[in-house]
Amino acid sequence: MLELKNVSFKVDDDGSDKEIIRDVSITIPDDTLTVITGPNGGGKSTLARLIAGIEKPDSGSILFDGEDITNMSVTDRARKGIGFAFQQPVRFKGIQVFDLIRLATGKNINTESACEYLSAVGLCARDYIDREVNSSLSGGELKRIEIATVLAKGSRLSIFDEPEAGIDLWSFNNLIDVFKSMRKRIKGGSIVIISHQERILNIADEIVVLKGGKLTGRGSREEMLPELAVSNDVAKECRMNAAAGGESLC
Amino acid sequence: MLKLDEIQMRLLREVADLHKVPEGAYNIRSNSESAGRASTQNIEIIPREDGQGLTVKIKDGTRNESVHIPVVMTKSGLKEVVYNDFYIGEDCDVTIVAGCGIDNCGDADSEHDGIHRFYVGKNSKVRYVEKHYGSGDGRGKRILNPGTEVYQDEGSTMEMEMVQIKGVDDTVRTTKAELKSRARLVVRERLMTHGDQKAVSTYVVSLDGEDASADVVSRSVARDDSYQKFDAKLVGNAACKGHTECDSIIMDNGRILAVPALEANDVDAALVHEAAIGKIAGEQITKLMTLGLSEAEAEQQIINGFLK
Repeated sequence: MLELKNVSFKVDDDGSDKEIIRDVSITIPDDTLTVITGPNGGGKSTLARLIAGIEKPDSGSILFDGEDITNMSVTDRARKGIGFAFQQPVRFKGIQVFDLIRLATGKNINTESACEYLSAVGLCARDYIDREVNSSLSGGELKRIEIATVLAKGSRLSIFDEPEAGIDLWSFNNLIDVFKSMRKRIKGGSIVIISHQERILNIADEIVVLKGGKLTGRGSREEMLPELAVSNDVAKECRMNAAAGGESLC
Repeated sequence: MLKLDEIQMRLLREVADLHKVPEGAYNIRSNSESAGRASTQNIEIIPREDGQGLTVKIKDGTRNESVHIPVVMTKSGLKEVVYNDFYIGEDCDVTIVAGCGIDNCGDADSEHDGIHRFYVGKNSKVRYVEKHYGSGDGRGKRILNPGTEVYQDEGSTMEMEMVQIKGVDDTVRTTKAELKSRARLVVRERLMTHGDQKAVSTYVVSLDGEDASADVVSRSVARDDSYQKFDAKLVGNAACKGHTECDSIIMDNGRILAVPALEANDVDAALVHEAAIGKIAGEQITKLMTLGLSEAEAEQQIINGFLK
């Protein structure tokens, strides 16, 4: 179980402090798939990076299974069982897909086991296992390899930062299946996905809404989806008004 | 019979992956003397009269054979210049493994300057592997200055893999190649310097015949207070293709000078160079840390991959 207690985070914005996360408290229970959603710039990705330890909060605390991990390094959190898939995966010259998956499992696995993770994200394993994780891979391929590394790591809490960004429709369908099957095998773990994709929201157990760095809603999918649909309609109307040169009330 | 001690065997493993007497033709030079030599029906190794090197003659049509000519030095203060000439006949397909390992536990500098000349016959394919390695905790430097000249006849291919990962204090590597029509040269250089080491690598590749091509790629890592210079020049004298690339990771107080140069003397010469120097991206380290690696382990994996 992951608990965020009164977490705040600010960055320096041309000499003045800009608050990105404002006093956020959430509990991510075990055996759930939680989707964190909200408008762009609302602080979703920052929140994910705070959980993974890539950023450190200015105040508040983060607890994982009751242990305070607020000041723990990225490495220690990973070893405690937190996995993180980057929104924009990193490229490595020379490191092969197999190396990355092997490192993720932390074991001396063989090619066959590594291939299973690639197949799970819809990549023809044979074609990719020896490829370098460099600029010869497309954004979509890289994204799927990134997700495969998180699958291979097998964390108790896996965080995916906008997994759908930059991938094509066919891969997206596969991705939904990947998350569905992860959800089935969750057993005591939890999954957090940062997304505004309706189809990802549709597989959530819990939905958390973050706007302007603040927690503005949370509840079960059944509770939250109708609410989000209304606010989406309002948002759509606002965009249309703005595009037509009309006055925006939003 | 090989008469080598444990340190010499370790050096042999590092530079030539040799655990025992190699198959095929070989000459093992240890502390300026031959520690073992064998020729085969197709490959003849003849020592020079002055003892300072070898002539290796490979018959026309020799295929799937190899020549190992590693050098190991364990005496401090030893300095030598060795000339090895390789005459590779036509239609051959051979692997040549050279390399030098120096273990210097003393206070005097040890230096091996190997001058290799390759005459590659028509339509022959040569794979050349050269590894350099240094060890020992003496104050004496470990110095290697390899000079390589390659003369490629029509339709020949030369693939050169040059590796220097550890322990060599000073290197000046000079490589010169001349290619006739349809000849192809591929160079993969991997280099890591640390401490206050210095490494200079200079290439001049002349593409003299029609459809000749060259691909010279160097990947290097400069750590601590070390210095590297990569100076690669491709000269296009005919309708040819050339590519040179220098990609470096800089760390600590390392310094790197990359000087790629192209000279086209023919309107149909197509030459490209790329050079990049940068430190390890923070995001790369973070990604590996999210997989459970420490910062130091992440850095090591990134370097290992880069130099693989």
